[in-house]
Amino acid sequence: MDFTEDQILRYSRHIILPEVGGKGQAKIAGARVVIVGAGGLGCPVGYYLTAAGVGTLALIDDDTVELSNLQRQIAHSVDTIGMPKVESAKKTFNALNPDVTIVPVKVRISKDNILDLIRDYDIVVDGSDNFPTRYLINDACVMSGKPLVSGAILRFEGQVTTLIPGSGPCYRCLFEEPPPPGLVPSCQEAGVLGVLPGVIGGLQAAEVLKLILGKGEVLKGELLIYDALRTTFRKVKVPKNPSCPVCGENPSIKELIDYNEGYCAPQ
Amino acid sequence: MAEISPDKRVDIRGLVCPYTFVKAKLAIESMETGQILEILLDYDEAAKSIPKSMEAHGQQVLKVAKINDTDWVLLIRKAKE
Repeated sequence: MDFTEDQILRYSRHIILPEVGGKGQAKIAGARVVIVGAGGLGCPVGYYLTAAGVGTLALIDDDTVELSNLQRQIAHSVDTIGMPKVESAKKTFNALNPDVTIVPVKVRISKDNILDLIRDYDIVVDGSDNFPTRYLINDACVMSGKPLVSGAILRFEGQVTTLIPGSGPCYRCLFEEPPPPGLVPSCQEAGVLGVLPGVIGGLQAAEVLKLILGKGEVLKGELLIYDALRTTFRKVKVPKNPSCPVCGENPSIKELIDYNEGYCAPQ
Repeated sequence: MAEISPDKRVDIRGLVCPYTFVKAKLAIESMETGQILEILLDYDEAAKSIPKSMEAHGQQVLKVAKINDTDWVLLIRKAKE
Protein backbone atom coordinates (compact mmCIF):
# COMPACT_ATOMS: atom_id res chain seq x y z
CA MET A 1 0.00 0.00 0.00
CA ASP A 2 1.29 3.47 -0.86
CA PHE A 3 0.48 6.04 1.78
CA THR A 4 -0.20 9.67 0.96
CA GLU A 5 1.94 12.25 2.76
CA ASP A 6 -1.04 13.02 5.01
CA GLN A 7 -1.46 9.35 5.87
CA ILE A 8 2.23 9.05 6.75
CA LEU A 9 1.79 11.95 9.17
CA ARG A 10 -1.54 10.73 10.54
CA TYR A 11 -0.36 7.17 11.20
CA SER A 12 3.30 7.97 12.03
CA ARG A 13 3.01 6.84 15.67
CA HIS A 14 1.71 3.49 14.45
CA ILE A 15 4.28 3.13 11.67
CA ILE A 16 7.12 3.70 14.17
CA LEU A 17 5.98 0.71 16.27
CA PRO A 18 7.91 -2.45 15.32
CA GLU A 19 4.68 -4.48 15.72
CA VAL A 20 2.80 -2.26 13.26
CA GLY A 21 4.99 -0.52 10.67
CA GLY A 22 3.73 0.38 7.22
CA LYS A 23 2.67 -3.21 6.61
CA GLY A 24 0.58 -3.37 9.77
CA GLN A 25 -0.99 -0.02 9.00
CA ALA A 26 -1.90 -1.36 5.55
CA LYS A 27 -3.58 -4.35 7.25
CA ILE A 28 -5.57 -1.95 9.43
CA ALA A 29 -6.57 -0.01 6.32
CA GLY A 30 -7.77 -3.23 4.71
CA ALA A 31 -9.78 -4.42 7.71
CA ARG A 32 -13.57 -4.53 7.90
CA VAL A 33 -15.10 -4.36 11.37
CA VAL A 34 -18.75 -4.35 12.42
CA ILE A 35 -19.82 -2.86 15.75
CA VAL A 36 -23.19 -3.80 17.21
CA GLY A 37 -24.42 -0.86 19.26
CA ALA A 38 -23.53 2.81 18.82
CA GLY A 39 -23.94 3.58 22.52
CA GLY A 40 -21.61 3.60 25.51
CA LEU A 41 -19.25 0.95 24.14
CA GLY A 42 -19.78 1.44 20.40
CA CYS A 43 -18.81 5.13 20.63
CA PRO A 44 -15.28 4.69 22.02
CA VAL A 45 -14.63 1.48 20.05
CA GLY A 46 -15.69 3.20 16.83
CA TYR A 47 -13.89 6.42 17.71
CA TYR A 48 -10.52 4.70 18.28
CA LEU A 49 -10.86 2.32 15.34
CA THR A 50 -11.65 5.34 13.16
CA ALA A 51 -8.60 7.14 14.49
CA ALA A 52 -6.53 4.00 13.84
CA GLY A 53 -7.58 4.01 10.18
CA VAL A 54 -9.63 0.80 9.97
CA GLY A 55 -10.77 0.57 6.35
CA THR A 56 -14.48 -0.06 6.79
CA LEU A 57 -16.49 0.27 9.97
CA ALA A 58 -20.16 -0.72 10.07
CA LEU A 59 -22.31 0.53 12.95
CA ILE A 60 -25.57 -1.25 13.77
CA ASP A 61 -28.11 0.41 16.07
CA ASP A 62 -31.78 1.29 15.71
CA ASP A 63 -31.88 3.89 18.47
CA THR A 64 -31.84 7.69 18.36
CA VAL A 65 -29.68 10.04 20.45
CA GLU A 66 -31.15 11.29 23.74
CA LEU A 67 -29.83 13.78 26.27
CA SER A 68 -29.37 11.00 28.85
CA ASN A 69 -26.90 9.27 26.49
CA LEU A 70 -24.43 12.13 26.54
CA GLN A 71 -23.02 11.31 30.00
CA ARG A 72 -21.08 8.45 28.35
CA GLN A 73 -21.79 8.11 24.61
CA ILE A 74 -18.97 10.36 23.41
CA ALA A 75 -19.63 10.26 19.67
CA HIS A 76 -22.98 12.01 20.10
CA SER A 77 -23.67 15.62 21.05
CA VAL A 78 -26.42 18.13 21.80
CA ASP A 79 -26.45 18.90 18.08
CA THR A 80 -27.40 15.30 17.22
CA ILE A 81 -30.15 14.69 19.78
CA GLY A 82 -33.04 13.02 17.98
CA MET A 83 -30.81 11.79 15.16
CA PRO A 84 -30.26 8.04 14.63
CA LYS A 85 -27.21 7.07 16.70
CA VAL A 86 -25.52 5.48 13.69
CA GLU A 87 -25.83 8.75 11.72
CA SER A 88 -24.67 10.84 14.67
CA ALA A 89 -21.62 8.60 15.15
CA LYS A 90 -20.89 8.58 11.40
CA LYS A 91 -20.80 12.37 11.43
CA THR A 92 -18.33 12.41 14.34
CA PHE A 93 -16.12 9.67 12.93
CA ASN A 94 -16.03 11.19 9.43
CA ALA A 95 -14.85 14.46 10.96
CA LEU A 96 -12.05 12.62 12.76
CA ASN A 97 -10.79 10.55 9.83
CA PRO A 98 -12.22 10.74 6.31
CA ASP A 99 -10.04 7.75 5.25
CA VAL A 100 -12.47 5.42 7.04
CA THR A 101 -15.66 4.26 5.34
CA ILE A 102 -18.43 4.34 7.94
CA VAL A 103 -21.48 2.22 7.11
CA PRO A 104 -24.47 3.24 9.24
CA VAL A 105 -27.07 0.48 9.63
CA LYS A 106 -30.19 1.63 11.45
CA VAL A 107 -31.91 -1.66 12.13
CA ARG A 108 -32.81 -3.75 15.13
CA ILE A 109 -30.63 -6.83 14.98
CA SER A 110 -32.54 -10.14 14.94
CA LYS A 111 -32.10 -13.78 14.06
CA ASP A 112 -33.41 -12.99 10.59
CA ASN A 113 -30.85 -10.32 9.65
CA ILE A 114 -27.71 -10.82 11.77
CA LEU A 115 -25.94 -13.31 9.50
CA ASP A 116 -26.37 -11.01 6.51
CA LEU A 117 -25.28 -7.98 8.53
CA ILE A 118 -21.99 -9.53 9.67
CA ARG A 119 -21.21 -11.57 6.52
CA ASP A 120 -18.93 -9.03 4.84
CA TYR A 121 -16.90 -8.22 7.96
CA ASP A 122 -13.75 -9.80 9.45
CA ILE A 123 -14.33 -8.98 13.11
CA VAL A 124 -17.50 -8.39 15.16
CA VAL A 125 -17.60 -6.12 18.21
CA ASP A 126 -20.40 -6.52 20.74
CA GLY A 127 -21.30 -3.19 22.27
CA SER A 128 -24.90 -4.15 22.96
CA ASP A 129 -26.63 -3.57 26.25
CA ASN A 130 -28.95 -6.56 26.61
CA PHE A 131 -28.83 -10.32 26.86
CA PRO A 132 -30.99 -11.29 23.87
CA THR A 133 -28.63 -9.38 21.54
CA ARG A 134 -25.50 -10.64 23.32
CA TYR A 135 -26.52 -14.30 22.86
CA LEU A 136 -27.69 -13.72 19.32
CA ILE A 137 -24.34 -12.17 18.35
CA ASN A 138 -22.43 -14.99 20.06
CA ASP A 139 -24.37 -17.71 18.29
CA ALA A 140 -24.13 -15.94 14.92
CA CYS A 141 -20.35 -15.53 15.30
CA VAL A 142 -19.93 -19.23 16.23
CA MET A 143 -22.06 -20.28 13.24
CA SER A 144 -20.22 -18.01 10.81
CA GLY A 145 -16.73 -18.47 12.33
CA LYS A 146 -16.15 -14.77 13.04
CA PRO A 147 -13.99 -13.51 15.92
CA LEU A 148 -16.04 -11.57 18.45
CA VAL A 149 -14.75 -8.93 20.85
CA SER A 150 -17.30 -8.77 23.61
CA GLY A 151 -17.71 -6.01 26.18
CA ALA A 152 -20.25 -5.37 28.94
CA ILE A 153 -20.71 -2.67 31.55
CA LEU A 154 -22.90 -2.08 34.60
CA ARG A 155 -22.60 0.34 37.53
CA PHE A 156 -18.82 0.42 38.22
CA GLU A 157 -17.86 -2.87 36.66
CA GLY A 158 -17.00 -3.92 33.14
CA GLN A 159 -15.94 -7.10 31.37
CA VAL A 160 -14.07 -7.83 28.15
CA THR A 161 -13.30 -11.06 26.35
CA THR A 162 -12.35 -12.12 22.83
CA LEU A 163 -14.11 -15.16 21.44
CA ILE A 164 -12.41 -17.03 18.61
CA PRO A 165 -14.70 -19.71 17.14
CA GLY A 166 -12.99 -23.07 16.81
CA SER A 167 -9.97 -22.40 19.00
CA GLY A 168 -11.45 -20.68 22.07
CA PRO A 169 -14.60 -20.75 24.17
CA CYS A 170 -17.76 -18.88 23.20
CA TYR A 171 -20.05 -16.81 25.40
CA ARG A 172 -22.25 -19.82 26.10
CA CYS A 173 -19.22 -21.78 27.41
CA LEU A 174 -19.14 -19.06 30.06
CA PHE A 175 -22.88 -18.57 30.65
CA GLU A 176 -24.91 -21.25 28.90
CA GLU A 177 -28.23 -19.41 28.84
CA PRO A 178 -29.20 -15.77 29.30
CA PRO A 179 -30.27 -14.96 32.86
CA PRO A 180 -34.02 -14.85 33.39
CA PRO A 181 -35.59 -11.50 32.49
CA GLY A 182 -35.33 -9.02 35.37
CA LEU A 183 -32.58 -10.83 37.30
CA VAL A 184 -29.73 -8.68 36.01
CA PRO A 185 -30.69 -5.02 35.96
CA SER A 186 -30.03 -2.91 32.88
CA CYS A 187 -27.91 0.26 32.93
CA GLN A 188 -31.12 2.17 32.77
CA GLU A 189 -32.23 0.64 36.09
CA ALA A 190 -28.90 0.32 37.84
CA GLY A 191 -26.85 3.17 36.44
CA VAL A 192 -23.36 3.20 34.98
CA LEU A 193 -20.32 5.36 35.62
CA GLY A 194 -19.93 7.46 32.48
CA VAL A 195 -16.23 6.77 32.03
CA LEU A 196 -16.63 2.99 32.36
CA PRO A 197 -17.49 2.36 28.70
CA GLY A 198 -14.43 4.44 27.79
CA VAL A 199 -12.17 1.99 29.63
CA ILE A 200 -13.94 -1.14 28.38
CA GLY A 201 -14.41 0.20 24.84
CA GLY A 202 -10.73 1.17 24.73
CA LEU A 203 -9.80 -2.38 25.70
CA GLN A 204 -12.13 -3.76 23.02
CA ALA A 205 -10.56 -1.51 20.37
CA ALA A 206 -7.09 -2.73 21.40
CA GLU A 207 -8.27 -6.35 21.05
CA VAL A 208 -9.59 -5.59 17.54
CA LEU A 209 -6.30 -4.00 16.46
CA LYS A 210 -4.30 -6.98 17.76
CA LEU A 211 -6.58 -9.36 15.85
CA ILE A 212 -6.05 -7.32 12.67
CA LEU A 213 -2.27 -7.14 13.15
CA GLY A 214 -1.89 -10.74 14.35
CA LYS A 215 0.37 -9.45 17.16
CA GLY A 216 0.39 -9.97 20.90
CA GLU A 217 -2.13 -12.04 22.80
CA VAL A 218 -5.86 -11.44 22.83
CA LEU A 219 -8.21 -12.29 25.71
CA LYS A 220 -8.96 -15.74 24.31
CA GLY A 221 -10.20 -18.07 27.03
CA GLU A 222 -10.03 -15.24 29.53
CA LEU A 223 -12.53 -12.76 30.90
CA LEU A 224 -11.00 -9.46 32.04
CA ILE A 225 -13.00 -7.78 34.79
CA TYR A 226 -12.47 -4.12 35.66
CA ASP A 227 -13.72 -2.68 38.94
CA ALA A 228 -13.67 1.10 38.70
CA LEU A 229 -14.50 1.63 42.40
CA ARG A 230 -11.52 -0.39 43.62
CA THR A 231 -9.37 0.24 40.53
CA THR A 232 -8.69 -3.45 40.01
CA PHE A 233 -8.35 -5.58 36.91
CA ARG A 234 -8.59 -9.32 37.25
CA LYS A 235 -8.53 -12.09 34.70
CA VAL A 236 -10.69 -15.18 35.03
CA LYS A 237 -9.85 -18.23 32.94
CA VAL A 238 -12.75 -19.42 30.80
CA PRO A 239 -12.29 -22.97 29.47
CA LYS A 240 -13.97 -24.16 26.30
CA ASN A 241 -16.97 -26.28 27.31
CA PRO A 242 -17.01 -29.54 25.28
CA SER A 243 -20.75 -29.82 25.91
CA CYS A 244 -21.49 -26.17 25.06
CA PRO A 245 -24.93 -25.99 23.42
CA VAL A 246 -23.63 -23.96 20.49
CA CYS A 247 -19.87 -24.57 20.03
CA GLY A 248 -19.53 -27.97 21.74
CA GLU A 249 -19.08 -31.40 20.19
CA ASN A 250 -22.82 -32.09 19.85
CA PRO A 251 -24.47 -28.69 19.69
CA SER A 252 -28.17 -28.56 20.50
CA ILE A 253 -28.54 -25.01 19.20
CA LYS A 254 -28.34 -25.11 15.42
CA GLU A 255 -30.55 -22.14 14.65
CA LEU A 256 -30.45 -18.58 15.90
CA ILE A 257 -32.76 -17.64 18.76
CA ASP A 258 -34.46 -14.32 19.54
CA TYR A 259 -34.89 -14.24 23.31
CA ASN A 260 -37.20 -11.28 23.34
CA GLU A 261 -39.92 -12.63 25.57
CA GLY A 262 -39.99 -10.88 28.94
CA TYR A 263 -36.97 -8.65 28.36
CA CYS A 264 -37.65 -4.95 28.45
CA ALA A 265 -36.94 -2.98 25.33
CA PRO A 266 -33.25 -2.11 25.34
CA GLN A 267 -32.18 1.50 25.54
CA MET B 1 36.90 -0.28 1.15
CA ALA B 2 35.04 -0.36 -2.13
CA GLU B 3 32.18 2.09 -2.56
CA ILE B 4 28.86 0.50 -1.56
CA SER B 5 26.10 1.01 -4.10
CA PRO B 6 22.67 1.34 -2.52
CA ASP B 7 19.59 -0.41 -3.90
CA LYS B 8 17.32 2.46 -2.92
CA ARG B 9 17.76 6.10 -1.97
CA VAL B 10 15.52 8.39 0.07
CA ASP B 11 15.98 12.11 0.43
CA ILE B 12 14.44 13.24 3.70
CA ARG B 13 16.12 16.66 3.86
CA GLY B 14 13.74 19.19 5.36
CA LEU B 15 12.03 16.62 7.58
CA VAL B 16 12.31 16.48 11.36
CA CYS B 17 11.71 13.67 13.88
CA PRO B 18 9.74 11.48 13.95
CA TYR B 19 8.98 11.76 10.21
CA THR B 20 12.63 11.22 9.34
CA PHE B 21 12.47 7.76 10.88
CA VAL B 22 8.96 7.06 9.60
CA LYS B 23 10.08 7.70 6.00
CA ALA B 24 13.27 5.69 6.47
CA LYS B 25 11.32 2.80 7.99
CA LEU B 26 8.74 2.76 5.18
CA ALA B 27 11.62 2.68 2.67
CA ILE B 28 13.29 -0.25 4.45
CA GLU B 29 9.99 -2.14 4.64
CA SER B 30 9.57 -1.90 0.87
CA MET B 31 12.96 -3.54 0.25
CA GLU B 32 14.27 -7.13 0.19
CA THR B 33 16.43 -8.54 2.96
CA GLY B 34 20.11 -7.92 2.16
CA GLN B 35 19.47 -4.76 0.13
CA ILE B 36 21.00 -1.43 1.10
CA LEU B 37 19.18 1.85 1.67
CA GLU B 38 20.86 5.24 1.36
CA ILE B 39 19.30 8.02 3.41
CA LEU B 40 20.11 11.68 2.76
CA LEU B 41 19.10 13.99 5.61
CA ASP B 42 19.84 17.39 7.14
CA TYR B 43 18.34 17.07 10.62
CA ASP B 44 21.34 16.48 12.92
CA GLU B 45 19.33 14.75 15.62
CA ALA B 46 18.10 12.15 13.10
CA ALA B 47 21.68 11.29 12.13
CA LYS B 48 21.93 9.86 15.66
CA SER B 49 18.39 8.62 16.22
CA ILE B 50 17.81 6.84 12.89
CA PRO B 51 20.86 4.53 13.23
CA LYS B 52 19.86 3.80 16.83
CA SER B 53 16.25 3.00 15.90
CA MET B 54 17.30 0.97 12.86
CA GLU B 55 19.57 -1.17 15.03
CA ALA B 56 16.81 -1.57 17.60
CA HIS B 57 14.60 -2.90 14.76
CA GLY B 58 17.33 -5.40 13.83
CA GLN B 59 18.76 -3.58 10.78
CA GLN B 60 22.47 -3.12 10.12
CA VAL B 61 23.98 0.38 10.00
CA LEU B 62 26.85 0.45 7.49
CA LYS B 63 27.70 4.13 7.37
CA VAL B 64 26.90 7.44 9.08
CA ALA B 65 28.74 10.36 7.48
CA LYS B 66 28.38 14.13 7.38
CA ILE B 67 28.98 15.06 3.75
CA ASN B 68 28.83 18.87 3.89
CA ASP B 69 27.81 21.68 6.25
CA THR B 70 24.23 20.53 6.49
CA ASP B 71 23.74 17.06 5.05
CA TRP B 72 24.30 13.52 6.28
CA VAL B 73 24.34 10.21 4.44
CA LEU B 74 23.39 6.96 6.14
CA LEU B 75 23.70 3.48 4.66
CA ILE B 76 21.48 0.80 6.18
CA ARG B 77 21.43 -2.85 5.19
CA LYS B 78 18.09 -4.56 5.59
CA ALA B 79 18.98 -7.50 7.83
CA LYS B 80 15.47 -8.64 8.76
CA GLU B 81 11.87 -8.32 7.64
